[in-house]
Amino acid sequence: MTPPATLDATDRRILKATASGLPLTPHPFEEVARWLFLPENEVIARMQAMQDDGVIRRVALAPNHYALGMAANGMSVWDLDDARSEALGAQVGALPFVSHCYLRPRALPDWPYNLFAMLHGQSRDEVEAKRLEVAALLGPACRTNDILYSTRILKKSGMRLAGEG
Amino acid sequence: MRTTLPPDALDRTDRLLINRLQDGLPLVHAPFAAVAAEAGIPETEVVDRITHLREIGAITRFGPFLDAEAMGGAFCLCAMAVPEGRFDEVMTLVNAHPEVAHNYERQHKLNMWFVLACERPGQIAEAAERIEREAGLTVLRFPKMKEFFIGFRVEA
Repeated sequence: MTPPATLDATDRRILKATASGLPLTPHPFEEVARWLFLPENEVIARMQAMQDDGVIRRVALAPNHYALGMAANGMSVWDLDDARSEALGAQVGALPFVSHCYLRPRALPDWPYNLFAMLHGQSRDEVEAKRLEVAALLGPACRTNDILYSTRILKKSGMRLAGEG
Repeated sequence: MRTTLPPDALDRTDRLLINRLQDGLPLVHAPFAAVAAEAGIPETEVVDRITHLREIGAITRFGPFLDAEAMGGAFCLCAMAVPEGRFDEVMTLVNAHPEVAHNYERQHKLNMWFVLACERPGQIAEAAERIEREAGLTVLRFPKMKEFFIGFRVEA
């Protein structure tokens, strides 16, 4: 495991200033720089360094699956041959209706699955059809699979930024 | 928001923007220049369209996505098989832990799925063990070993 990246006070000011989003202008980093009394090239260089270190995964847009008609989703889980799990996981992750895809350890005997892929569709029938597509893609490298639908959100709190300053 | 937008709420250009801008913006003075050229519209229109997409709720966020693990945090997906008659009691005691960031009920023998978010990796085990003691139930732990991110595409 790589050690946590070290952020200084200026890095944290940049993260805090952009926590609720980038300003929507053709030159958003210039605007952030103006807020923080920094040169634009310093804001860009620091954000690039944080992205290179993995602190910032990407600067991007997050779609609202529900608004876009993907009202149904299910957590599909797959028991993949370990020798092929990385290559097949990447293929599943690349499917257009998969939003999150992870390899995780099994918990035998109760839980034989090592690949988790969130499937989205307009209805549960469509999600089930997509599950069959994934099964066809995986073929005999997958021994068994299941899908878990969420019935209730019991808690959802935002991500807390450790040591936010 | 769990409402679906009408099918004509987005045009081809909106769909192109939603698809392209999930992949990550270049960190440069004019980050929208490339996508504007691809869409055949001025950069100001890209910005106006993103603003509109946010207003109508088609997107939830536009900005940096942080990796809490790279910042020194730790996350772990956990699951429990909660007997039906104890569900509300166990939900209350699980949700009372500040480390529990999300908690979902799912249709399965493992019917409670939650994410532990801690500042340091060692705290994951401590939190999971506290929940096990309080609930008298096993907390299965599914830490992420590898993530495949591509995102989600709308039909263009």
